[in-house]
Order: sequence, then structure tokens, then C-alpha cells
Amino acid sequence: MFKGRDIVSIKELSKEEMDIIFEVAREMLPIARGERKSDLLDGKILATLFFEPSTRTRLSFESAMHRLGGSVIGFSNPSATSISKGETLADTVRVMDSYSDVIVIRHPYEGSARLAAEFASNPVINAGDGAGQHPTQTLLDLFTIHQEFGEIEGLNVALIGDLKYGRTVHSLAYALSYLGANIYLVSPELLRMPSHIIRELKEKPVETDKIEDVIEDADVLYVTRIQKERFPDPTEYKKVAGSYRITSELLNKAKEKAIVMHPLPRVDEIEPEVDYTKHARYFQQAFNGVPVRMALLALVLGVV
Amino acid sequence: MEEQTLKVQKIRNGIVIDHIPCGMALKVLKILNINGDIGSTVSLVMHVKSRMGCKDVVKIEDRFLDEREIDKIALIAPTATVNVIENYKVVNKHKVELPDEIVGIVKCMNPRCITNQREPVVSEFKVISKNPVILKCKYCEREMGVEDIIENIL
Ligand SMILES: [Zn+2]
Repeated sequence: MFKGRDIVSIKELSKEEMDIIFEVAREMLPIARGERKSDLLDGKILATLFFEPSTRTRLSFESAMHRLGGSVIGFSNPSATSISKGETLADTVRVMDSYSDVIVIRHPYEGSARLAAEFASNPVINAGDGAGQHPTQTLLDLFTIHQEFGEIEGLNVALIGDLKYGRTVHSLAYALSYLGANIYLVSPELLRMPSHIIRELKEKPVETDKIEDVIEDADVLYVTRIQKERFPDPTEYKKVAGSYRITSELLNKAKEKAIVMHPLPRVDEIEPEVDYTKHARYFQQAFNGVPVRMALLALVLGVV
Repeated sequence: MEEQTLKVQKIRNGIVIDHIPCGMALKVLKILNINGDIGSTVSLVMHVKSRMGCKDVVKIEDRFLDEREIDKIALIAPTATVNVIENYKVVNKHKVELPDEIVGIVKCMNPRCITNQREPVVSEFKVISKNPVILKCKYCEREMGVEDIIENIL
């Protein structure tokens, strides 16, 4: 089902396929933690083609590959390679494909992972293309929620903060809606979820600009960073910035089992005190990138 | 009845593009690259009242269309019919039909799409709606409506 397959867009994965990925990821947990050794991918080579920097994503792929006994080649700074001399992506991909068994690509232009998948004979995994897709981030977000609640259907998930530019929340909203969650969108007027994303959701989400409107209902508070640069007027930014801050006091109103997630890095959207509450899951979420990516690598390489 | 609805004289050889959605005739000419110095007679009737409502008609003498041009017309005028005229007679009449995939005749409107960079690929779109026409880029997944399509026809 997965062997040889490209992972380009979250929209190409069915619920059953996501369940398989989560199941394999769960089995990977002790290996990801270093409690058990594995040589599942012994002799396999992962090529990481990072045309723009994203250290965390790259390192979590590298960690995943190493934990399974495989090795990694690649670059994280295209200016040091022939790409800066004007080589096409198609050519770079064909060469790197011949050096490796699986490719992970991060690229500033939209659709580049799809193009890479066309030119590579080995599987290609999209690690973010422009404002487009970033399916492994979405999968690790879903895995974290799945781990907590077992089922995603029927959960109330609030997406909070910059919903306009935040790529992670776009594919996440799509996937959550596909899996039957109820979605609440919480953002300042200026940073609302684009209408073409909302159009793709199964049910019309609840939209508000106040966290207070959703705090009592939400099972998941998925917080994203609001960047100052997005605001034409700095005083406008000051007005909204504070209102999207998750504090332990605010969480007193939340459900007992509610969890707080964040794709990280955070700045001041989540007060440090929250780290010590039973609600914090963002570090768990970041760690989950490793077992989820291990599962994907093992699946597309056909060893599980 | 034909005489009455077309309102312009018959042509000897060439094509009549009929049932163009109202107001789209100029755009049809634009995508066929027909401008001032074509050298043959072009007649155009806009806002013809018909039983179905309203339509535009374009007649072009001594000009024929290839597959690619017919697909282009289908994109912006999905209801159109193309009549081929020889010696004042219709020798071939067919409805344009939009294929399920559009390859190489429209460029993606997204400037940050990889197909708009220097890569060895042709643009490719899935037709996700035929009326109104909506195309979705196979690469960046951006959707384009009729106005965007007209702007980006190759
Ligand atoms: Zn595109």
C-alpha cells in the first residue's frame, strides 16, 4: 500500500492509511526514544534536499533515519551546491535520486515536491513547499491528538492565532475536518483563515476573534505564532498580541482533559508556566515528529 | 431562422463559432490571436437574443481551428459550437468539449508555482468544474476561474 509511494499532500491519504501510519508510529515509539535498537533501514540512504533552511524538520528526519539504522546524505544550504549555478530542480532531483533510496525535499516554490516526485524513481516525501503542503507536520499533529484521545471524530479543535499565513493550520484544518472533528477558528480579523481553505472543510467552522468564546468547549487548543511583521500598524499588533496568549489562569476554564499544542518555536503565545500544567503537549508534539517520520520512511521503503 | 439570428452575411469558407456565452466573443478572438491585421473578414455579433437567452457569434473567413484552439475555446466558452463552412455550407458542426485535464495551454496564475520557474515541465490542470470552469494546478493546487484563465492562456 505504501511501498514506493510519494508523500506529497495530506489530501492523498485516506483515513485507513493515516491509521496505518499512526499504528506503525506507535510501534516506533521505544526506538524513537532510544530504548530499543533497530536496524530496519540498515543500508538505506535518505537524501535530504533542503532548498531553504528548516533545521527542526531536517533534524527530525535525520534522527528518524539514524534511529532505524539508515544513513543520511544531503544539503541544507543550496548556495553551496550547483543549484546556485542555475541547475534545475528536475536535474538536482534526478542526480540525488541515483545516490539514495528515498528523498525528503523542502523548497520555497509551491508544487516543487510534486515535480520532484515526477522526476525521482524512488519515493519523495514533501517537507514543505512554499505556502503549499507540509504533510509530515500535519501527520505528527494528528498523531499527537490521536495518542491523546484515540479518535479524532467528534473532537472540538480550536485553531488559534495566525490562520492566514500559517501553513501548518491550513492542511491541519483540512485533515481534521476530513476526519470528522469540529473546528473552531480563533484569530484577529486581519489573520483569518483564507476562504478557499474554509470552502474545503466539510462543515462550516465556528469563527471568532476571542479565545474566551471557545475555551470551555475545546478539547485541543492548537496555538500558532502571530508575527509582528504581518501587521501594517504596530499598535494594532499590540492590541491583539496579548489576547492570544495562553496562560495557566485561562486554562482553569478549560476542560480537564484539554491539551495545548503549538508547532514551535513559540515566542510568547504560551506562558512558560503552562509547561508545567497537565495541558501542555507541544514538546510531546515536537518529539512525535520522529516516530511519525520513522513510520513514513519504513512504510515507503517497504520494510514494514 | 438562421438568417434572422445571425444578422450578418454568410461566409464562403471559414468557421462560425456559435453559442458563445453572452459577452465572451471578444475574449474568444483574443485567445485565437485575432486582432486588427488578420487579413480576412471577421464578423462578430454580441448579445443575440435567442430562445435560450443570449449568445455571441463569431464568423471568421478563411480560418480553421486546430485541437488546441478548440480546447482553448472550450475553456472560456464551454457552450460554444464550431461550424466549419465550405462553399457556404456547413460541412462539420461540433460542440466544443472541455477535457478532464488541460495540458500546456494555460499557465498557472501562481507566480510561486514551480511550473513558472525554469523547469522542464508543462503546466497541467485538473478540470474540477466545467460550468463555471474551474481549473486546479496539478503542482501547486491553486484554483483558477474563467477570468484568471483568460489572463493566462498561452
Ligand atoms: Zn501551479
